[in-house]
Amino acid sequence: MINRHREDTIAAIITPLGVGAVSVIRVSGAGSFQATDSIFVGKGKIANSKSHTVHYGKIVDEKENKIDDVLVSLFRSPHSYTGEDCVEISTHGNPFIAKKILQLLLQKEVRQAEPGEFTKRAFLNNKIDLIQAEAVADVINSRTEASLLGARNQLDGLLSQKIEGLRSMLINASSFVELELDFAEENLVFIGYEELQQKIDRILTEINDLLSTYSFGRVIRDGVNVALVGKPNVGKSSLLNYILKESRAIVSHIPGTTRDVIREEVSIDGVLFRLYDTAGIRNSENEIEREGVTRSREAVKNADIVLFINDVEQGFSNEIYSELKNLTNSDRIILILNKIDKGLKNNLKEGIPISAKTGQGIDALFKALKQKVFINSNYTEKSAIIANFRHYQCLKKTKEYLLNAKESLKNKLSGEFVALDLRNAENSLSEIIGVVTSDDILNNIFTKFCIGK
Amino acid sequence: MTKFDIIVIGGGHAGIEASCAAANMGCSVGLLTMDRFAIGRMSCNPAIGGTAKGHLVREIDALGGMMGKIADRTGIQFRMLNKSKGPAVWSPRCQSDRKLYSEEAYRVVNSIRNIETVEASVVEILSENRKVVGVRTENDDEILCKALVLSSGTFLNGLMHTGLRSTKGGRFGEKPATGITESLLKLGFISGRLKTGTPPRLKKNSINLDILEIQPGDQYPQPFSFSTDRNSFPVLPQLSCYVTYTNKQVHEILAKGFAQSPMFTGLIKGVGPRYCPSIEDKIVRFADKEKHQLFLEPEGLDSDLIYVNGFSSSLPAEIQYEALHKIKGLEECEMVRPGYAVEYDFFPPHQVDLTLETKLIKGLYFAGQINGTSGYEEAAAQGLVAGINAAAKITGRKELVLRRSEAYIGVLIDDLVNKSTDEPYRMFTSRAEYRLLLRQDNADRRLMKYGYDYGLQQKENFEKVVANEKLISRSIELFDNMKLHSRDINSFLENKNLSSIDSTETISKLCKRPELNLKELISLDHNSDNPVIGELLKNDTAIEQVEIQLKYEGYLKRQQEMIERLERYEEEKIPLTLNYSKLKALSAEGREKLNKVKPRSIGQASRISGVTPSDISILLVYLKN
Ligand SMILES: Cc1cc2nc3c(=O)[nH]c(=O)nc-3n(C[C@H](O)[C@H](O)[C@H](O)COP(=O)(O)OP(=O)(O)OC[C@H]3O[C@@H](n4cnc5c(N)ncnc54)[C@H](O)[C@@H]3O)c2cc1C
Ligand SMILES: Nc1nc2c(ncn2[C@@H]2O[C@H](COP(=O)(O)OP(=O)(O)OP(=O)(O)O)[C@@H](O)[C@H]2O)c(=O)[nH]1
Ligand SMILES: [Mg+2]
Repeated sequence: MINRHREDTIAAIITPLGVGAVSVIRVSGAGSFQATDSIFVGKGKIANSKSHTVHYGKIVDEKENKIDDVLVSLFRSPHSYTGEDCVEISTHGNPFIAKKILQLLLQKEVRQAEPGEFTKRAFLNNKIDLIQAEAVADVINSRTEASLLGARNQLDGLLSQKIEGLRSMLINASSFVELELDFAEENLVFIGYEELQQKIDRILTEINDLLSTYSFGRVIRDGVNVALVGKPNVGKSSLLNYILKESRAIVSHIPGTTRDVIREEVSIDGVLFRLYDTAGIRNSENEIEREGVTRSREAVKNADIVLFINDVEQGFSNEIYSELKNLTNSDRIILILNKIDKGLKNNLKEGIPISAKTGQGIDALFKALKQKVFINSNYTEKSAIIANFRHYQCLKKTKEYLLNAKESLKNKLSGEFVALDLRNAENSLSEIIGVVTSDDILNNIFTKFCIGK
Repeated sequence: MTKFDIIVIGGGHAGIEASCAAANMGCSVGLLTMDRFAIGRMSCNPAIGGTAKGHLVREIDALGGMMGKIADRTGIQFRMLNKSKGPAVWSPRCQSDRKLYSEEAYRVVNSIRNIETVEASVVEILSENRKVVGVRTENDDEILCKALVLSSGTFLNGLMHTGLRSTKGGRFGEKPATGITESLLKLGFISGRLKTGTPPRLKKNSINLDILEIQPGDQYPQPFSFSTDRNSFPVLPQLSCYVTYTNKQVHEILAKGFAQSPMFTGLIKGVGPRYCPSIEDKIVRFADKEKHQLFLEPEGLDSDLIYVNGFSSSLPAEIQYEALHKIKGLEECEMVRPGYAVEYDFFPPHQVDLTLETKLIKGLYFAGQINGTSGYEEAAAQGLVAGINAAAKITGRKELVLRRSEAYIGVLIDDLVNKSTDEPYRMFTSRAEYRLLLRQDNADRRLMKYGYDYGLQQKENFEKVVANEKLISRSIELFDNMKLHSRDINSFLENKNLSSIDSTETISKLCKRPELNLKELISLDHNSDNPVIGELLKNDTAIEQVEIQLKYEGYLKRQQEMIERLERYEEEKIPLTLNYSKLKALSAEGREKLNKVKPRSIGQASRISGVTPSDISILLVYLKN
């Protein structure tokens, strides 16, 4: 029954390959000191050193050839990330060196860590709770600062705290209902229906607030999809290139240059935007171009924000504008007027004036983008946010149950019916912090981790 | 040397059910009790049932137990509590004639041939190789058995307190039981100490009942038992209770006695029930309340005693007396016996399995107050389960473990084993998460099959339930499709000031309106002479079930979903041999509790107090690996 793997020692490279000045290899498990000592030559043995110390030395192969100079940090159980004995070896950035060191370790009593296994062990050793484990997955997957902020918030247990608070409010409301049912004989003063309704409303308000952070939470975790659309030749590809500061898309004076959707990511003030440059929309005889336009429309449908670009030469296209409004919600559309370096014409007032050539007005465009993202979110570092779909669903369920309870109250049904939904609501809420959690959830969480965090 | 299949120690409410069930399952039973005339004695309140307790009695009855039948034959007032609320919390309760109840219990026990009643005081439990083999009595006799149910109530090292005077005893006028606790401790059990109390008894003709608020029984009393003949019910003449209140002056007098309170001075070490506080406790804890309600309950038809429900006390007798005299109606009252508190040993119930067999000694079962519960009904329910399981074990039959979704009895035992308890445990409807389905009205539909399987329930009773079940589902199917026409129903609705319907509507839908009842709706249909309806109209039990099912359909469905969601974890079995000490990942407390309880499933583990969600997640991960 005991997990055989738990006695294993595991290792993996925990920094992204090929990036950064250093690579780090983490070794975790009872055999990690011994395994490290067998390839490390320094002043003393790692196995004899104190926890939380750093050692300079070199890694050598079987033939005592030096592989690289390294720094070895050691953490003794339970004071490590995983809760087990743990070593982190920092090498120079060369990916081949890091790989070579890992291979040396794997020839000892060490095996390659499975995706998410360090965090799984941390979770199993009670170093982190379920929400924190999920948040770690988010940290790993997050690529921008705002995203990290959200994830760290959760790590600090902000969401857990919030949910705990809501739970105790719910339990409090329930107990009033139960009191009336179980102590009917004793002339106690019971809570009125109205007061109970107010209690439920108060919880609902908080849940709604939390739910409203989801779209934002999701966005800062996954990034915002932005489609660049408009007639051919208005400068969509030019704008993409300007924002990316590289000539990613082909630009030409020939209308219909872009044929397929081009996707690129960029971080603007800590928020991740995923830009989709599309084929200009027009009726074309060309089969390939027609397919391109179909894809443009698809991109509009999937976008969180649509940059509808016009230029001073061709003027504002009402035709395309109304088509866009059919494809997506109109408050997702930002109007842009490009090529203002060519001079503004009087009849064109709509849109943020920019030039993809000179960069004029781009700051205003960025500001508008961020505004759209942060709309309705009075988000601060201190707010608990919902960024995880499972949490979102549990909260939605909770809300549904609470609305049921209110309905029962409204229909003057007896307390046990109200109590049923209050209890269900509490169960759903508890699921977020893992009071009732199935192995499905766990499996999902653990496989979501990329390697070796 | 005397030898029985099963020995039951104690003729209390637990012991009666255990003996009868085991005997009716074919085992020879020795019922060992100190005083044969104390069999079925009500130590405290002369009443059976009440919120949630009434549910227990109905379940005991469905399973083939005795409590409901005895209560029906000896009840002098019957009421259905919570009638203004929904059917799930309706709870039957009766006032009993204390003397007749105990006599009837004695008669029932004696009428079963397999039971031999032995007057003896047991002082030691005998075991060999961790298996029970018998008992030793005060007279140094050894009596042997294959299985043993210990249901010794409040008697283990019982100590009664009135004021600062304490007397050894299990109950007023009865000796304590010594030796048993010590012999169990030697075997490795751990014990704890609890306390409970009882109010004074007053002379009826010294009370001015005429000026008090009267509380009569129901106009149409309902029996507890599914097999009680409704035509000759109630058997006994019916009496009323009376209501009065304490006042400021009463509280002041009681406060004078606090210095001599065994509770407040720390003489009593045992923990009392928070939900059933003594009057002195109430005054202290709810200091701003100017009066407390008291019920004056008759102790029996011929009895000249009145039980002062709500005035449980262990203050000195003189103080109780003085305070009572300042209560309306009691100005001249004669106190026959003061209230007292009793302290006794119990065995924290994590030491038993869900079958009530102890984990340490095979064949030894604990039932009733010894498991930390309080109340006749809780005791009887456990006695029944312990008796069935003891008999099943030695006759090689399947054990009885009721699920939480199936019976209050399941909730009771599951709670005891998993949460243990440090105050006397009483049943409440809120303890049952599947409350809407565990109603007193459908206890037969839920449980009679088990009673029948073990041979404790009459065949005809069971067949009636099976037949009703068919009728119920056929009726529901019918009403889901049977439509009433607007011309047939609208004038009826308008007369009741209710909104009319457009063209047609099914009976099922209409029945969901709180103002309409099923019988009325059926009578509005002039077109069909469906045989199902004919049959249903003759069967009140079935009609009630159909109506509840139709009216609360949405809620019942949601409850069912909840069961399905949560009971998945009941199926995630944990091997009983799992050594939790090896799972270093568990929290220290979680590990300790899991080792103590040894849960059968993840579901059970998740209910153990002190086991955290991450402990559960860890277990899940381990079991998967
Ligand atoms: C003073 C007092 C106040 C109470 N107050 C309340 C209350 O407020 N609310 C409430 O719900 N419940 C109360 N109860 C509890 C209620 O009476 C019990 O819960 C219930 O009777 C327990 O049933 P039982 O079968 O476990 O034991 P009991 O009914 O106590 O029966 C025990 C039986 O075991 C026998 N016995 C014990 N030891 C031995 C031995 N060694 N050898 C042979 N026979 C033995 C006794 O003779 C007796 O017949 C009170 C009890 C007492 C005594
Ligand atoms: N003066 C000026 N010229 C621009 C500006 N933006 C784009 N152009 C020119 O406009 C022409 C079309 O630019 P593209 O970026 O290819 O336009 P597009 O919208 O991607 O066109 P399609 O891919 O064909 O739909 C090119 O010749 C650009 O150099 C601008 O801001 N100012
Ligand atoms: Mg282009």
